[in-house]
Amino acid sequence: MTTTPLLPVQLVDETPWRQFVRDFMQSRIALCGLALLVTVLFLALFAPWIAPQNPYDLAKLDLMDSKLAPGAQSMMGSTFWLGTDGMGRDMLSAILYGLRVSLLVGVVSGVIALAIGASLGVSAAFFGGRYEQILMRIVDIQLGFPAILVALILIAVLGSGVEKVIMALITVQWAYYARTARSAALVERNKEYMEAARGLGLPTWRVLLKHLIPNTLPPLIVVGTVQVAHAIALEATLSFLGLGLPITEPSLGLLIANGYEYMLSGKYWISVYPGVALLLTIVAINLVGDQLRDVLNPRLAR
Amino acid sequence: MSLLEITSLRTEFSTRQGLLPAVDDVSLRVQPGEILGLVGESGSGKSVTGFSILGLIDAPGKIAQGSILFEGTELVGASDETLRQLRGDRLAMIFQDPMMTLNPVLRVDTQMIETIQAHRSMSSEEARARCREVLVQVGIASPDERLKQYPHQFSGGMRQRVAIAIALLLRPALIIADEPTTALDVTVQGQILFEMQRLTRETGTALIWITHDLAVVAGLAQRVAVMYAGRIVESGTVQQVLNTPLHPYTRGLLDSVPANSERGQRLHQIPGMTPSLVNRPKGCAFRNRCSYAQADCETDPPVQNFEHEHMVRCVRPLTEVKR
Repeated sequence: MTTTPLLPVQLVDETPWRQFVRDFMQSRIALCGLALLVTVLFLALFAPWIAPQNPYDLAKLDLMDSKLAPGAQSMMGSTFWLGTDGMGRDMLSAILYGLRVSLLVGVVSGVIALAIGASLGVSAAFFGGRYEQILMRIVDIQLGFPAILVALILIAVLGSGVEKVIMALITVQWAYYARTARSAALVERNKEYMEAARGLGLPTWRVLLKHLIPNTLPPLIVVGTVQVAHAIALEATLSFLGLGLPITEPSLGLLIANGYEYMLSGKYWISVYPGVALLLTIVAINLVGDQLRDVLNPRLAR
Repeated sequence: MSLLEITSLRTEFSTRQGLLPAVDDVSLRVQPGEILGLVGESGSGKSVTGFSILGLIDAPGKIAQGSILFEGTELVGASDETLRQLRGDRLAMIFQDPMMTLNPVLRVDTQMIETIQAHRSMSSEEARARCREVLVQVGIASPDERLKQYPHQFSGGMRQRVAIAIALLLRPALIIADEPTTALDVTVQGQILFEMQRLTRETGTALIWITHDLAVVAGLAQRVAVMYAGRIVESGTVQQVLNTPLHPYTRGLLDSVPANSERGQRLHQIPGMTPSLVNRPKGCAFRNRCSYAQADCETDPPVQNFEHEHMVRCVRPLTEVKR
């Protein structure tokens, strides 16, 4: 952390948040990533208003428009900028809606897994003993299995559907958060301010919630961004394998899978454009995540 | 009645090498409003004594025997809740490193108000008024702006003032200060010492000042206890202990203070190292470093009392003849 020597009282607005924003802005690449991420989020959020067509509304689709190349005109006179798929769906619209589904699944599962993993990990570090031992061995076992295998088994047992996929992704991810949260909490627990908080006679729950958890958040935020990207990719993989979301609400992975059969007949756009969208989303999240890691890591502090 | 009365306290840590008695047979007494200096080198058990009083000894450590009577309440074996209610309220602690004792992510007012509200049902506004009052008391200008700041916006000395202010918030009867000025530079150290002396006088708070710096004790405390290898080897008033030390170790400590040496002369040091406390052999722990040691030092040295509660734990205290 930058040590601020003898700040005059006028500079009261130098909050950690402002300092954080200033540090974050220092990397151009990260700013590009952030801009890209904001764009993607905007497109996903407002897809129903931006997309030229509602890809879920089967009545709007015309089989005559199927497999049109990018830029082609429809029968009705509108342009398919990114072409159409085998059912005559406008790829641009499908991608926008697919982004929505992919981001929703990734972010929701990431946030819930973060909450579960962080509370388990922090409590393990705080209470220690047998509870910690058992919990961390479960984490080890969980992390020993390949994520895709665990997710596949769960989907096979639970059945498919958005909430089932989210549940599977939470199960796969919580252990990463638990491990990170525990190691961060172990470091913080031994710092003097924790001892001081206990020395002031604060109730245990308060020490845990207001002193320990906020200080373990920086590494968790970093893991969180990486994990959200990971979850989106995993969901795409599951959908590609046909075990993810229903075909009526296609995510990016499913769109890629749909186009796969046309790849060899030269109709590349059905798979490639959703793939590019997926790639850009994950790259944007990772760029932001990398910069967050650099800014929040005290060892790299300038 | 004494405010705090510790009788034959023993705090042990179980380590891989065996039981480590960090504090052994320590007896202390603090009167209301009194300042006691607890002196010793690193690892002599002075901090562990402080933590034992507050009930902050964590596994693998535990208080093995003895009694700590504070305002008539027995603290050894007291429930966690009893101890929690005492801590920060009647009993407060100031830690060594002011950079580390404030939570970096919480504003100063949050940390001060939560301390008050952990012990008193007081509205945030009343609590804030009390915080402002205490900050002024410890010499912090513009308390309203300062309350809204984060710890990193304070200098080291200012942070220690905040830590002291937090300790004073609920008007405790006893403050345990664990080397609170060691991490500060000398000018700031002087200011903090001066403030502490003034504050204890104004508020009638008793103070246990844990330090390795005899110069600090000389200016601040009324009574001194010198610890070595987990035991109190000498205690008495500041005049008694510093002017007429009875234990060879205290004498060695006093001689090691650079101010007492001539310019250009080699500085005095006590030969050898602090012994390991694990499986400590019987007898005086200082005997291997003591120039007066003889065969009878291998038995546990008796506690001897001289005039006006000047206590020494030595077979052969430094009486007039040897000095």
